[in-house]
Amino acid sequence: MSEAETLIPVTTRKDWTSDQEVRWCPGCGDYSILSAVQLLMPDLGIRREDVVFVSGIGCAARFPYYMNTYGMHTIHGRAPAIATGLALARPDLHVWVVSGDGDALSIGGNHLIHALRRNVNITILLFNNQIYGLTKGQYSPTSEVGKVTKSTPFGSLDHPFNPVSVALGAEASFVARTHDMDRKHMMEVFGRAFEHRGSALVEIYQNCNVFNDGAFSGITSKEQREEMLIPLRHGEPIRFGKDDAKGVILDPQRGAVIVDVADVGEEALLVHDESRGNAAVAFMLSRLARGPLEPTPIGVFRAVHRQEYGEAVNQQIADAHHSRGPGDLEALLRSGATWDVE
Amino acid sequence: MTTECAKGGAVSDTAKRARPVETLDRVVIRFAGDSGDGMQLTGDRFTTSSAVYGNDLATLPDFPAEIRAPAGTLAGVSAFQVHISDHDITTPGDAPTVLVAMNPAALRSQVGRVANGATIIVNVDSFDDRSLSKAGYDKNPLEDGSLDGFTVYEVPMTSLTKGAVQPLGVKPRDAERSKNFFALGLVSWMYTRPVERTLDWIEARFGKSPQIVAANIAAFKAGHAFGETAELFDHPYEVKPAPLPAGTYTNITGNTALAWGLVAASQLSGLPLFLGSYPITPASDILHELSKHKNFGVRTFQAEDEIAGIGAALGAAYGGHLGVTTTSGPGMALKAETLGLAVNLELPLLVIDIQRGGPSTGLPTKTEQADLLMALYGRHGEAPLPVLAPRSPSQCFEMAIEAARIALTWRTPVILLSDGYLANGAEPWLLPDVQDLAPIEVSFATEPNHVDAEGNASFWPYLRDPETLARPWALPGTPDLMHRIGGLEKEEGSGNVSYEPANHELMIQIRAAKVAGIAEHIPDVVVTGDVDRADLLVVGWGSTWGAIDGALGRVRQLGHKVAATHLTHLHPFPTNLGEVLKRYPKVLVPEMNLGQLAHQLRAEFLVDAKTVSKVRGLPFTASELEQAILDHLGGLL
Repeated sequence: MSEAETLIPVTTRKDWTSDQEVRWCPGCGDYSILSAVQLLMPDLGIRREDVVFVSGIGCAARFPYYMNTYGMHTIHGRAPAIATGLALARPDLHVWVVSGDGDALSIGGNHLIHALRRNVNITILLFNNQIYGLTKGQYSPTSEVGKVTKSTPFGSLDHPFNPVSVALGAEASFVARTHDMDRKHMMEVFGRAFEHRGSALVEIYQNCNVFNDGAFSGITSKEQREEMLIPLRHGEPIRFGKDDAKGVILDPQRGAVIVDVADVGEEALLVHDESRGNAAVAFMLSRLARGPLEPTPIGVFRAVHRQEYGEAVNQQIADAHHSRGPGDLEALLRSGATWDVE
Repeated sequence: MTTECAKGGAVSDTAKRARPVETLDRVVIRFAGDSGDGMQLTGDRFTTSSAVYGNDLATLPDFPAEIRAPAGTLAGVSAFQVHISDHDITTPGDAPTVLVAMNPAALRSQVGRVANGATIIVNVDSFDDRSLSKAGYDKNPLEDGSLDGFTVYEVPMTSLTKGAVQPLGVKPRDAERSKNFFALGLVSWMYTRPVERTLDWIEARFGKSPQIVAANIAAFKAGHAFGETAELFDHPYEVKPAPLPAGTYTNITGNTALAWGLVAASQLSGLPLFLGSYPITPASDILHELSKHKNFGVRTFQAEDEIAGIGAALGAAYGGHLGVTTTSGPGMALKAETLGLAVNLELPLLVIDIQRGGPSTGLPTKTEQADLLMALYGRHGEAPLPVLAPRSPSQCFEMAIEAARIALTWRTPVILLSDGYLANGAEPWLLPDVQDLAPIEVSFATEPNHVDAEGNASFWPYLRDPETLARPWALPGTPDLMHRIGGLEKEEGSGNVSYEPANHELMIQIRAAKVAGIAEHIPDVVVTGDVDRADLLVVGWGSTWGAIDGALGRVRQLGHKVAATHLTHLHPFPTNLGEVLKRYPKVLVPEMNLGQLAHQLRAEFLVDAKTVSKVRGLPFTASELEQAILDHLGGLL
């Protein structure tokens, strides 16, 4: 441990909690996500002043107000773009983006995929509740087909995005999923995302108890978890269910499929490898469930090393500085053809 | 071919000329050809030769939006106009006195612009039936007498170029491509331009391909020799150097001056420069130029869209960089929401709009000044911010610094309105002494500024400087100053989210007062011409300055009493503007829009400001404004 690290003050959750009253609806899944983040922070070995939470618009976007760090509540969908500028300008900071399914995947879809493909050093928490909460209950880009909402009285016609698939399609270097009913799992995944150099996207299944209550209870409730959540653990065969009776294999014809372990044998199971360069297997895993009604993988889908964008940007600057010396304004103004008038 | 050999041969310099040289005080030359003919390069090179020779000059590149419209058509004509002079000039000239037309389409599209009696040099090789018909000519204009009012020189540029270049082993098809250098050589001879630097430049520019260097030099020499030896031209002309103030000069376009001004602002403020930008004509050259200067610590970020461009710049500004975004009209529209956020966050940010013809895609490569009201008002809610506009290509340098000074001092987004004409137009620039540039003072918050009810020190992000009303700028990473900002209305002082009606009104008034207060810290407007007693005041802003200046001189020479003032600060206005406007019986406002500044002046000062409007994608000429001023003086309007 370096000297600088030893000087980092010991903190508790209270130190990371701002003086602002939390104003989410009682029972909102956002509370448990906030707790998980506030509880995680003291373990990360960082200073509060070096942390910035950047958010867009939506219920989730109020998050920065509740953290005793630097924070910026910006405009709808643009948080990844604003965070990109901040992260490039200030590589010394830990920049988090807090977003929702509408913010990140609808109005801000473009910024999300470009931040991910560039691999900017930001940690993105995507609160997915499959509904627009702040505008009081319209369907979102992750809502299921047929969903009846205020703006779709006859049912939604839109095919939904799967955020993990989208992120993998954008070749994100870190992609994970967790849910608001399991604090321990959230803290573990958030911690991994924080440690990752580059863009990290974590989808969090989050319950909106007012406009979309129970959207995930079919897989995340205590009674259902064992049979409905597929934990991904690096280096281990992918198994789930009572007595780990079920598993995932890579079938040459059908891709990743769920099987009874008894039918195929343990050796046939797919061993999870987060570090595969090719995102195809991770993508197949992301397609195992067509929605939160079928067995759904959670955990880290992909964690690969790729040069972080800000590092590359700053390397070019350092190289230019090294090869051409520090900028000389006088010389710049005289870099074209010049002539003297007596 | 070696360099020495390339530079030897037929190229002669002025001193050795056998024939007499006629001296002109000025000349306006327009090069026109197909988009692929290299007319911009030719014009640009002729300009540099003239600049280095010591002429005063102004240029007007005029090119189509299409990269390569069908060859030989009117749509594909690309032109470059340069005005060179032995005296101080401010415009690229009214009607060209010399037109170089590389094909029938160039002739047809440009002949209406040239002065009566002008010299027209055509590449006669391209006047075949097919090219004539593509240009829409039924008859050959070189034969039907339609050009009788001009002095026409028919020069077989294509065949002479091929003849000069093919012996070097260049393929016939490629050989023809050097014909713009033939034209450059010929015009360089006609106007006794120094040739050495052009030959050096060809080598530097095309150095990677020795054959192209050799071909272009051979074509240039052939053109030069043609002028010297052909009996076509009786004698060359000379435009003597202009008596400009002493010092070192360079030839500069508005976009380059802006880019350099931003680098200077970064150095003067000690803040790293961060440009977030999305490519758009005619602003992209600023991104290109800044991306070269990483050794100045400049970060250029080509964003996924216009919104991300300004967003990233704002994020960088929050982190303590000098955040800048560059764009043109369509991009400005997309940035409006983020500009509103920047107004609320009260962070410094520069937004540079290189205006072009609109609305929508409009005329992407042509100039206009129709974004003024958008810059002033184009945001939802009450979102005032300072708006500035440079008046000439070289003044873009100091206006970039001025915009940064205002943004950093008052913690506000600032819009700088340039336009396509300033962006691409060039003029000689007397280089400033870098040591004389005033530093921009920037202070960051380092300590708590408030004590809470329990007696604990805390930081209030909206506790303002009583003088400027700017809020403190606390950078992330500063211990003990953690705070949250955002687009929701803030409580004055504490910066907490507030929905209080009275607080919202107070904050709106404070933000407006903060921007209005900048007026006390900007220069007064200066009146030129018949300052003490004039019958009419011309008020301009932005790139119309050159044409207004030229027109004012002409009208005064006719014996009229007229004055002019030119605004570089459009919001807030200089404090003496109201008094100046009321001093003169008539106020005339030339603008490349339908009267946006006039609208502002009428609204703010209750003066009967009249508009002279031009929205043709082209700048005003001095003679157009001369006529407009005379019309208004005569009481006809």
